[in-house]
Amino acid sequence: MAEAAIAPAGETAPQVKDLRGISRAGRNDAIFHALCLSAAMLLMATLAGLLISLIIGGWPALSHFGLKFFFSSAWDPVADDYGAAGPIVGTLITAFLSMLFALPLAIGIAVFLVEFCPKSIERWVAMAVELLAGIPSIVYGMWGLFVLGPWFNDHVILPLRLAAEPGSFLEKFLGNASSGSNIFTASVILAIMVLPFIATVFRELLLSVPTYVREAAYGMGCTPFEVVSNIMLPYIRKSAIGAVMLGLGRALGETMAVTFIIGNSHAFPTSIFDSGSTIASTIANEFAEATTDMHVSALVALGLVLFAITFTTLAVARLLLGKEKA
Amino acid sequence: MFRKFAYAFGAAAVVAGVVGIAKADNFTGAGATFPAPVYSAWAQAYHGATGNELNYQAIGSGGGIRQIKAKTVDFGASDKPLQPAELNAAGLLQFPTVIGGIVPIVNIPGVTAGKLRLSGPVLGDLFLGKIRRWDDAAIARLNPGVKLPSLPVTVVHRADGSGTSFIFTSYLSAVNRDWAARVGANDSVNWPTGLGGKGNDGVAAFVKQTSGSIGYVEYIYARKDNVAWTYVENKAHQYPNPDPVSFAAAAANAPWGRAPGNYVLLIDEPGAKAWPISGATFLLMYKNPGNAQKAAEVLKFVDWSYKNGDAAAGKLDYVPLPLSVKNMIRKQWLQITAGGKPVYVSK
Repeated sequence: MAEAAIAPAGETAPQVKDLRGISRAGRNDAIFHALCLSAAMLLMATLAGLLISLIIGGWPALSHFGLKFFFSSAWDPVADDYGAAGPIVGTLITAFLSMLFALPLAIGIAVFLVEFCPKSIERWVAMAVELLAGIPSIVYGMWGLFVLGPWFNDHVILPLRLAAEPGSFLEKFLGNASSGSNIFTASVILAIMVLPFIATVFRELLLSVPTYVREAAYGMGCTPFEVVSNIMLPYIRKSAIGAVMLGLGRALGETMAVTFIIGNSHAFPTSIFDSGSTIASTIANEFAEATTDMHVSALVALGLVLFAITFTTLAVARLLLGKEKA
Repeated sequence: MFRKFAYAFGAAAVVAGVVGIAKADNFTGAGATFPAPVYSAWAQAYHGATGNELNYQAIGSGGGIRQIKAKTVDFGASDKPLQPAELNAAGLLQFPTVIGGIVPIVNIPGVTAGKLRLSGPVLGDLFLGKIRRWDDAAIARLNPGVKLPSLPVTVVHRADGSGTSFIFTSYLSAVNRDWAARVGANDSVNWPTGLGGKGNDGVAAFVKQTSGSIGYVEYIYARKDNVAWTYVENKAHQYPNPDPVSFAAAAANAPWGRAPGNYVLLIDEPGAKAWPISGATFLLMYKNPGNAQKAAEVLKFVDWSYKNGDAAAGKLDYVPLPLSVKNMIRKQWLQITAGGKPVYVSK
């Protein structure tokens, strides 16, 4: 089998009379095959091991609290009573909001780069986008904590608070908002962080639109806006959903930047200007100092929940990408 | 190509072996982040003096306790002392190394450092969310002559589990009955109100940004510029300055020697000069260590640091232990034995 596979590969292969040569090539190929296989299997085993150890580690908390773990927002390490509703909701809201902010921007950047950008600037804009992806998340966190948070507090939260009349809708909307470190600003930071990923993939996708399709559209007298909105975006729609899901996966798991800016309150958020927490930020904050077994187990169970959420997201992305190819 | 790999592996193995032999006198510890700067300062000086190297991983107190119980390190370090029962169950010895203090900080327009006076019950009510505005009568009573605005109180606490939080919540539990009943003391608790900053820096940043906020930080962070620390009333109804002198006064009055397992919290200690929110940080070691030689190395290092490390600790704003406490602990080390003999005897 292995010999058959290599036979047409080299130009000398058909005339080779030295059987030792063939068998050595075949043996090397078999080793190569085995190495590749074991690399792939190792990855699968790591993933399975990770999942199993998360289940084992989180089982005491999950079995002890049952469904309450998902619906209660009590997080009391003193009484060893844990409910993850706050972090779970915080994770979903921040991820969703960040996509809401990042998606239009990413489309704008990608369309500009592909359709309108002069070649001389294109390189620089593309490089800036890539640079954005290379900045460590802790830098975003510091920027959020020291720059965005205070600015947001002074220029948004405080004026809104002053404008809100007692009992008005605005006051209810603001909830307990008391600082610039809240779910909204965390989402803004997340949006900046996922933006380069989505924008880059979008650009690749737009470039994959066949030239004749675009030129045909222009030839029919379409305006650039019509070409982009009616021809190009629909053409890449399904793959684009996959790209969005990948960005969403990153937003769900981002830890450091969020920890700095979200305010780290385990309570169930009542407003998007309320401080909250995400699954990843809770684990990062508490794992090192968790001393009771139930606390550790509850944190591992949180990890399992995040695993499940991320897996679902990626599975949906796969499904959509798969459909596109078929 | 495979041959090249084989050579590379062989070379790597030889290098690893040589390094392994060269570093035979290394010992490892893991745990609390709060004393990590002083441990590394001590370790560096100790390395210079003896050539032996400490590898300390500041992974947090919880991690330190887990690591020593798993016997992957030669000592564990924790800001939160273990209860005597837990120590005995695990066969561990626990002893303090240095002392630190925790100081409330506020951001109230017109209130500068050292201007505001707070008492334990008031501090507890603030962190419980029961006192909602700064012009509350309970605060005004402690601060005649200080003009306090009608600003809402924003509580800032540590988001990460921390020995600092443990000491602070232990203090609130000791002096505020409602806090003890509703919240309690731990590395991380179910905070009734407020927002959480990551680390001392995070808390200080939130307090600086938020008008009307109150938080708590380790002493060194309260000493930095533009942070308004407050006085806290101690057991003798005095308001000592938060500084190494008052932390040392708290340590001097603590019931060392009478506390089983050295379980001593420097909380609300008697004495006119004692700062009420202080705490020691601890090392954990097995009484019957698996590796007697490594255990001896650790004790040698701590003994050396007790003797020579006070200046370095002071420079980093930690308070060294009183000499009487150090000598008491040196005697306790005789409990760490291998084959019935102490692994290390301090001279």
